[in-house]
Amino acid sequence: MSQHSISPEITHASDHNEGTGRIWKIFWVLSMLTAIELALGYFLYFKGSDMAHSAVLGTKIIIGILTLLKAYYIVSVFMHLGDEVRNMIMTICVPLVLFVWFIIAFLWDGNSWKNMRNTNAGSRPSIEKVQSAPVKEGTLK
Amino acid sequence: MSTTAIPAGTKWWNGGRSPFNASYGKVMMWYFLMSDAFTFGAFLISYGTIRFSVNDWADPNKVFNSFPFAGHANLPLAFVSLMTFILIFSSVTMVLAVHEGHNMNKKGVEKYMILTIIGGAAFLSCQAWEWTHLLTGEHVTMLNDGTLSVLPTTASSNPWGLPLEHHTMLLALQKTPHDQLASIAATIHHPGAEAAHNTFSMSDPELINMISSSEIHVNHLGRPAFGSYFFGITGFHGFHVFSGVVINIIMYAKTKLGHFDQRGHYEMIEKAGLYWHFVDLVWVFVFLCFYLV
Repeated sequence: MSQHSISPEITHASDHNEGTGRIWKIFWVLSMLTAIELALGYFLYFKGSDMAHSAVLGTKIIIGILTLLKAYYIVSVFMHLGDEVRNMIMTICVPLVLFVWFIIAFLWDGNSWKNMRNTNAGSRPSIEKVQSAPVKEGTLK
Repeated sequence: MSTTAIPAGTKWWNGGRSPFNASYGKVMMWYFLMSDAFTFGAFLISYGTIRFSVNDWADPNKVFNSFPFAGHANLPLAFVSLMTFILIFSSVTMVLAVHEGHNMNKKGVEKYMILTIIGGAAFLSCQAWEWTHLLTGEHVTMLNDGTLSVLPTTASSNPWGLPLEHHTMLLALQKTPHDQLASIAATIHHPGAEAAHNTFSMSDPELINMISSSEIHVNHLGRPAFGSYFFGITGFHGFHVFSGVVINIIMYAKTKLGHFDQRGHYEMIEKAGLYWHFVDLVWVFVFLCFYLV
């Protein structure tokens, strides 16, 4: 309505005169997603100890995807990024692609540490057992 | 959303207009939030790395299982769900305030800003309760010297290692000095018995008998990193919530004083709203990483 007065450089004011229906719709979507996450969380709590490791991991990944979906709705609708022009969306979203590498690389690293902890892959017994050579007279001053 | 039609082939980069179709302040708020996202992301990924690297990370369902005024009831995920819904709801009231701002409805902005501030304060109160509960908790833990002791959950003390076998606990009790035994016995709640304030005057065999016959859960010492990450990251998030509430109070005052009506637009509410939604966004991931999985 009155967005034109913010800055002369904003050439296309968004039409904000729609009702609040969409906001409430997204509120219910977020609540439902949270409820599903909680249901899966309780499912893991009660059944997780009897499940295969891969099934537990799969459930956790589903919870993670639901979280990303929640993040999408918050950013797109509540923060109105979805209503911005493409240039604006790209300048925010493209740098965040770094997180894909960031998460995979570091969790992989942590998992590798656990493997070394649980096996002898990280130990160096041959070095620990090396006897120190007898010190010859005159070599140490 | 039905934006007013942008002519096809608009030359965004030819100068004279914002290529992002947004004011300087709004673009910079987005860049600030992006850098903040990387800060939180780095914290959470660092937490994930350490958690992935050990076998005996604390089970969140055991650590966060209490609810105010519910005594010792085992209620995993319950309190943090309440906190999550409080924050989602305060995000809704914030976006409604932004909406009223677009319609230049001063009274509407005031109403929804007040509701948002209340939501933020409620969330902070919940977090204060949760922290107090953890920091003053009393959990019987086997220390590295093989004795048992009562520990809280702090940034450096973690009583949430793997559970101790019953016979290991009995052996550990034999090694435990008198004052530690007395403080362990004082944490045991006997239904119908008077408060255990006199445990220090009891003899060691009496105390050991009392402790070993009770339904007591004893854990190994856990990783200190658990508390460091939990208090560090939820503290950093809580500080964001706190500063968000302060910003919202300032925005409410400026609305009340009519500053935005004089200016002709409510864009400041939008920018404060971006920050507030970001705080909610971070919580979504904190909720995932610390409580859900």
